[in-house]
Amino acid sequence: MGQRIDVEHLNIYYGDFLAVQDVSMVIEPNSVTALIGPSGCGKSTFLRTLNRMHEVIPGARVEGLVEMDGVNLYDPDIDPVAVRRNIGMVFQRPNPFPTMSIRDNVLAGVKLNNKRISKGDADALVESSLAGANLWNEVKDRLDKPGSGLSGGQQQRLCIARAIAVRPQILLMDEPCSALDPISTLAIEDLIQELKNDYTIVIVTHNMQQAARVSDKTAFFNIAGTGKPGRLIEMNDTPTIFSTPAVKATEDYVSGRFG
Amino acid sequence: MTDVLDNTAVFTSDGLLAQGVVPEGAPLGPSSGKKNPLSAAEMRRLLTAADPRRKRTDLIMRALVIAAFVLAMAPLVSLLWTVISHGANRVFNRFPEFFHQSMRGVFGGMDAGGILHAIAGTVMITLFATLISVPIGMLTAIYLVEYGRGPLARATTFFVDVMTGIPSIVAGLFSFAVFSIVFGPGVRLGIAASAALSVLMIPVVVRSSEEMLRLVPNELREASYALGVSKWLTILKVVLRTSVAGLTTSVLLAIARVIGETAPIMITAGVADSLNWNPFSGRMMSLPVYIYRQYQMGVVPCRPDQVDCLADINFMRAWGAALTLVFIIMLLNALGRLVTRWFAPKLK
Repeated sequence: MGQRIDVEHLNIYYGDFLAVQDVSMVIEPNSVTALIGPSGCGKSTFLRTLNRMHEVIPGARVEGLVEMDGVNLYDPDIDPVAVRRNIGMVFQRPNPFPTMSIRDNVLAGVKLNNKRISKGDADALVESSLAGANLWNEVKDRLDKPGSGLSGGQQQRLCIARAIAVRPQILLMDEPCSALDPISTLAIEDLIQELKNDYTIVIVTHNMQQAARVSDKTAFFNIAGTGKPGRLIEMNDTPTIFSTPAVKATEDYVSGRFG
Repeated sequence: MTDVLDNTAVFTSDGLLAQGVVPEGAPLGPSSGKKNPLSAAEMRRLLTAADPRRKRTDLIMRALVIAAFVLAMAPLVSLLWTVISHGANRVFNRFPEFFHQSMRGVFGGMDAGGILHAIAGTVMITLFATLISVPIGMLTAIYLVEYGRGPLARATTFFVDVMTGIPSIVAGLFSFAVFSIVFGPGVRLGIAASAALSVLMIPVVVRSSEEMLRLVPNELREASYALGVSKWLTILKVVLRTSVAGLTTSVLLAIARVIGETAPIMITAGVADSLNWNPFSGRMMSLPVYIYRQYQMGVVPCRPDQVDCLADINFMRAWGAALTLVFIIMLLNALGRLVTRWFAPKLK
C-alpha cells in the first residue's frame, strides 16, 4: 500500500542559498502526483528532499516538515538510509549497475545490504519485480547477461524493477522518460498506471502531455528569476490545472507560452 | 491573447528591419527568399575548395607526431634488445641453475652462481611494501574522494603531492634511521627496505586510485543510496567494485615504480650472498642491488693457465639478472591486463 506525505512550509537550502521556498502540499496515498515547471525551479530538488537524497550533496539542508503518515522524516532519530529503503527513487538517466547481471541488478537492494536471501526467494523476487516493471517477458531468458546490454527503455524499466524490489511505500521518479523514445515512454507511462495500485508515486516531468496523461494531481513550480528561490505556485487535480488553473503563470506555462 | 499578437508583430517588424540592413552577397538567414539555389557545379566548387595551408599544416603535424613516436620507441626497443642480447646467454645456458643458486661460496671467475637470493629478496621486499602501501594508499584515496572536504583533505592532497617528489635515497635514509632507532644502529632488514619503498609507493597509489575512484559515475552512488544502502556498503560494493580494474592497474603501476629501486634497498636491506626469505631477520639481496654489485666487481683477473675462470662472469650475471628483472615487470603488466579484462564491466 502506498503512504501519504504531508509537506509543510519546507525551505530547502544549498549552503546559504535558498533554493526552494515555503512549499506545503499533501500527497495522497496511491495517487500519481506530477511536478511540472521550468528548468531550475526546484522540482528535482524538492523531489529529492522527500527521501533525503538531497543530503548527498554537501551543504544541503531543509527547514520545515516532511511527514510520511505523521512521522517527520527529518526528526533527529530518523535514519536517512531507512527512509530511502521505504521511499524508492528512479532517476532521469537509466543507471543499472554495470558490473551486475540483470538478475543481480534487481537483487541489488538486497545484496548490497549484505542481507541473506534463499535462492528460491531470490528467484521469486526477481520474477515479481521484473513482472511488476513489465520487463519479465523480455529478459527472462537472459537474466545472467549484463544489465547495461539492454536498450535505454529496458534499462529504465530495470531500474524501476530494482527500485520496487526493496518493497518501498512510495516511488519517486525524476524525469524517468526524458532519455527515452516515445514507445519506451509509453511503456513506462502504462507501468506508472499499474504501479499506482501498490505505491504512491511522485513524478517530475518536463513533458506536460505526460503529466496530463499519467497524474491525478499536478503541482506547478516556478522561479521568479535567477538567484531567486523556486516556489510552489499551484497544486490541484490534473484536469483542473490543465483546463482552468487559478494562477495566470500556470496557464501560461501549461499552454506553452511561458515567459 | 493580445500578448501573443504583440509579440508576433514585434518579431515581424524585426525581421523586416533585418532584411533591409543585410548587404548584398552576405550569408543570409531564412528571412531572405531571394537567393537562387546553387548549381551543382557551384556546390561542388564550394565543397571541394582545397585549402593548401590547412593541408600543409596537417602534413607537418602528422610528420611531427610520427617522428616523436619513433623517437620515443627507439631507446625502448634498443634497451630491450641490449638487455636480451646480453642477458640471454647466461639465463638460457645456465638454465635452471641460474635461478636456483645463490652466490654463496661463489668467488673469482667461477662459472657458477645464480640469482635465487636476489629474486627472493625482491619478491619479499616488494610484497611487504605492497602490503603496507596498498591499504594506506587506497583508504586515503577513498577518504579524499568520498569523504574529504575542507582543510584536512586539502592538506592530505598537498602532502601526497610532496611525497611524490621525495628522492628514493632520502626515503631509504629515512627508513634506515627509523629502524636504527628502534632496533639498534646499523640494522639491515628486508622489512626496512619494504618501509622505504612504501614511502615511495603510497603517493603513487593514492593519486592513481583517486583518479580511478573519481571516474565512477555519481549516478551509481545515487542509485545505491536510493535503494537504502549505507554509504560504507555503497563504497565497498558499488564504487570499489566498479573501479576494481583501474585500481589493480594503479597498484601494479606503483609496484613497477619501486621494484627497480636500488639505493634505498641497499641502504636498508644491505647486501647478501646467501638466500634469505625472512624479511624480519638478516640482510637481503635484491635484483637491482645484485646487478649493481656484480657490475661493481667488474672484470675478474684470470691467470692465462686457469681454464675454469671466466673474466667477464660478473657482467654476464649482471645482465642475466637485468633480463630477469625486466621479465618480472613485464609479467606483472601482463597480469594487470588480465585482471583488468576479468573485472571490466561487460556489455554483452
